[in-house]
Amino acid sequence: MSNVEKHAHGKSGFSRRSFLKGSGAAAAATALAGGQGIAGAEEASRVVGPGMSKITLVVNGQSHKVDVEPRMTLLEALRYGAGLTGAKPISGDGSSGGSTVLIDGKPASASALLAMDCEGKKITTSESLAGDKLDPVAGAFVNHDASQCGFCTPGFVVAVKAFLAKNPKATEEEIRAGLNGNLCRCGTYGNIIPAVLDVVKGAGNG
Amino acid sequence: MKAFEYAAPRSEEEALELLAPEPGTSEVLAGGTDLLGLMKKMIVTPSRVVSLSRVASLKRIDADSQGMRIGAMVTLDDLLAHPATAKYPALEQALRGFGSLQMQSQGTLGGELCQRPRCWYFRGGHGLLAERGRAVAEGDNRFHAIFDNAGPAKFVSPSRVAPALVALGATLRVIGPEPGDETQMPLELLYRTPKDERQREHDLLPNQVVAQIVLPAADGRRSAAYEVHHGAGGQDDPIVSAAASLTMHGNIVADARIVLGQVAPTPWTSHEAIRAIVGAPVDQRTAEAAGEAAVSVAAPLSHNQFKVQLAKVAVKRALLKAAGLQTGGLA
Repeated sequence: MSNVEKHAHGKSGFSRRSFLKGSGAAAAATALAGGQGIAGAEEASRVVGPGMSKITLVVNGQSHKVDVEPRMTLLEALRYGAGLTGAKPISGDGSSGGSTVLIDGKPASASALLAMDCEGKKITTSESLAGDKLDPVAGAFVNHDASQCGFCTPGFVVAVKAFLAKNPKATEEEIRAGLNGNLCRCGTYGNIIPAVLDVVKGAGNG
Repeated sequence: MKAFEYAAPRSEEEALELLAPEPGTSEVLAGGTDLLGLMKKMIVTPSRVVSLSRVASLKRIDADSQGMRIGAMVTLDDLLAHPATAKYPALEQALRGFGSLQMQSQGTLGGELCQRPRCWYFRGGHGLLAERGRAVAEGDNRFHAIFDNAGPAKFVSPSRVAPALVALGATLRVIGPEPGDETQMPLELLYRTPKDERQREHDLLPNQVVAQIVLPAADGRRSAAYEVHHGAGGQDDPIVSAAASLTMHGNIVADARIVLGQVAPTPWTSHEAIRAIVGAPVDQRTAEAAGEAAVSVAAPLSHNQFKVQLAKVAVKRALLKAAGLQTGGLA
């Protein structure tokens, strides 16, 4: 877990982020940038940080204005800035697939992306699969009881969506190979694979 | 992560202006799949990160009869999907090795070639050479180098694509240090075996950037890549890999390039294997002899003797695969 995530979970309820919000983020950001940066005056316009700045992230078709430091990952900005907690911090470096989101339609680990790199891109998270009508992939996961602790499930469902969009007629072997960027510590693969096969056969719920 | 400044230049020139000349001060960010993990662990602590994600010229693939020019920010899935990639079987097969969807669509070719070693002493914060090599020599070195490991560097080159690209004769267009500067160099000269902690595993200045990877025309060369994995493979890196590229005269090998990965601090061109196979036809016997020649100069550490056998088999199977013969193994 990164420092920023620790701050956000701080038991006191006091975080650096809320401090900056409370004290005027712009002024604080300017002070930080002046103190720690390596930017000369002529570069300052092309360089941001290391303090907070406001960026706009387009998530599930909605614009979110969030305050981020350059070191904040997309995952942190989604969870603690935009309030979208579907994508999960598991490995922290992308190796678990728990933070899988779609960036311009392609799967990516939000924990291995800087939030600032994602400005202007179309971000899709697992929240987009809920709504009045359950998404067929999520429905198939429900039908097959394809989660135990459930922590890996949002990342899995998004990865399955991306995988099936590219391989709509995937075989079991291709599904196993194609999803190996997502790990389930409970070992629910025995239910996840049949759920995905159901979607391939068009038998998903929804 | 340590706090840093962020810059997202729009052009190659601007990127070079934003990179600092001092080592460790600025880092180039490509797909993020390696660098962000290293920064979170405070193994890499730059004061500035220069993201190349908005430099359009680095995302292009140009292919014609002369070959292929691949921008460093081209993602692995886009490269695999490009029709010209199929003319280079070793490259295509190496790219297919990435099982993780996220890695394929987020990882870039430039980032794959410049990723930092996986050595667990390095990743654990002991430095690239880990006590001038002592920690590795006396510790758990089962995945470390079996070639070129007499000096302090005992980590292995992690790239899965570099052996294939070196075997295919790839060159690089490197830009910097000053805006407007550029150098063409064979890919294999990018890598070096560091002698002290101030050196990295590649030969670029802190304000030089790999901009394009250039492949010569395939010209009827036959090539293949072969990876040896733990068990079923999955998203783990291979333990050993080999790539071979052959020019045939009839059924005789007229010219060969044989390059191993994950066996030395750099992609390891095996001149011993090349000498063994040139002038001979490729069959089970000659391919095996080339594998034996490759490992005749191996010097395993205390716990990686098993990699010698794997390297021998990887060379044999890469050669058989390039020649279109049965490898006798998986895939």
